[in-house]
Amino acid sequence: MTALAYTVTDSATMLRRNLKHQLRYPSVTLMLVGMPIVFLLLFVYVFGGQLGAGLGTHPHGDRTAYLTYVVPGILIMTVASAALGTALSVAMDMTEGIIDRFRTMAIARGAVLTGHVIGSLIQTIIGLAIVLGVALVIGYRPTADPLAWVAAAGVLLLFALALVCLSATLGLAAKSVETASNTPMFLTLLPLLSSGFVPTGTMPDGLRQFAEYQPYTPVTQTVRGLLTGTHAGSHAVTAIAWSLGIAIVSYLWAVRLYNRRRAADPK
Amino acid sequence: MTSGSATPAIVARGIGKSFGEHQVLDQVDLTVAAGTIFSLLGPNGAGKTTMVRILSTLIPADAGDIKVAGHDLATEPGAVRAVIGVTGQFSAVDNLLTGAENLRLMADLRHLGRDKGRRRVSELLERFDLADAAGKPLSTYSGGMRRRLDLAMTLVGDPRLIFLDEPTAGLDPRSRRTMWQIIDELVADGVTIFLTTQYLDEADQLADRIAVLDQGRIVAEGTPAELKRRIPGGHVELQFADPDALREAAALLDIALPEDEQLALQVPGDGTLASLRGLLGRLDDARVEVEDLSIHTPDLDDVFFAVTGHSTVPRTTEEALAR
Repeated sequence: MTALAYTVTDSATMLRRNLKHQLRYPSVTLMLVGMPIVFLLLFVYVFGGQLGAGLGTHPHGDRTAYLTYVVPGILIMTVASAALGTALSVAMDMTEGIIDRFRTMAIARGAVLTGHVIGSLIQTIIGLAIVLGVALVIGYRPTADPLAWVAAAGVLLLFALALVCLSATLGLAAKSVETASNTPMFLTLLPLLSSGFVPTGTMPDGLRQFAEYQPYTPVTQTVRGLLTGTHAGSHAVTAIAWSLGIAIVSYLWAVRLYNRRRAADPK
Repeated sequence: MTSGSATPAIVARGIGKSFGEHQVLDQVDLTVAAGTIFSLLGPNGAGKTTMVRILSTLIPADAGDIKVAGHDLATEPGAVRAVIGVTGQFSAVDNLLTGAENLRLMADLRHLGRDKGRRRVSELLERFDLADAAGKPLSTYSGGMRRRLDLAMTLVGDPRLIFLDEPTAGLDPRSRRTMWQIIDELVADGVTIFLTTQYLDEADQLADRIAVLDQGRIVAEGTPAELKRRIPGGHVELQFADPDALREAAALLDIALPEDEQLALQVPGDGTLASLRGLLGRLDDARVEVEDLSIHTPDLDDVFFAVTGHSTVPRTTEEALAR
């Protein structure tokens, strides 16, 4: 086998290991998916009537108008929430003796991290499907054609890859599992400071600029444009650039951290 | 033990390693012949685990020239990893998987292929008496079972050189015996074993050669028989009820009075029945009351004292650093 074939095989083995962990402890997945669902229901049914009124007229009323507006934001939050799990599982793994065993074996470099990243992406896809299902049940009606659906899925997945890599890095950098579960929290709060829940135009100066220029807004706008066709992908380039940038920087940083732990003593 | 004509399993010259200010290993030389059991004996904090971590490619040495199975450790770590197996003192198992899944994980990572991997897994489960628990999560495993699984995982890839870092620490006597038996079987198959331990009897029982490590230096090396020749024999400790009896006995047996306040005397002797009978007979004849008696056979402390002049009291800070 070639080096590349070994990398693929070993990464697949590590992925199977992570998926087994997820299946054996589904409570983590449920918790990570549960949070965006709670936000969806809270924002649509508690705040939705009032928030929808501010959006302008909609043929089916204010609450439906807000539902249509907020679902892309909730999907982005689902991506962020699933990424939290990556930091946790990576940090937990690093405290286990088995990582030392992996390091003394001739395993393709990066296989452990790749397994975590792809495992989390699969978890994210399942989470997105569940959250979207709930949104459809409560009346979300996207107008996208198949091509736009594929494009939206692509943008969400690329952003998920970016956040998962970032979260894996934070998990590696954390000194303890507790730290690892806290540091990536900001990832799930940033959607609130973007165009995910209310239009940025309604925010005061300063906050508005922050919201407009942080990565969540272009990603949300792109997904929203693709799913409900408000205004087409003018943000798409920014969204993809942010995602690729975060993913690449995080991945390189993560590999560096993983290899450096070899030198310092993890015990 | 096979002949020494093959490439030595480990040749190391001048290994040095420090963590910050603290010198953990200092100018250590080692040669381990292929197909033998080499034991690194020393107390907590001596640098044993650091040595294993260096030789098994986990951490780099600061200084030294090391060849494992003929491969240079610094430039060909991949080649070294392909032939070694490591079982540390902290269990290196995946706690979220079952025993069989752990072994299958190793088979996959060793690229054994589906059929060969499956055969190897069931063979090892059988051999290590884990077949009944194969499908159970590790939370239900006892300490001995976890250690056996740990070693079984190490063996999946048929390593030719196995590092065992205190493989019996914390095990009950029966599990310990089982582990010794397994180690013997491995060497019978021609595997080389690098074993660290703090128990002299373990090194004595298993090893072809023993090196005594103290504060990062090898202070003695040889076969078990050679090392034991350097240890003074055991002694019998006599406990007395009052200072008078102690003084009488000391005079009778011609032993210097202990400097501490205890009412105990250490009488050199091997603790055989005949020598005990003789000793007690003399005390009886002189009507000296002995309150209690204990027999002390040579252990690591004696080896240590013999070769270093100090005892094996663990130094907590060093212990923490060496981990």
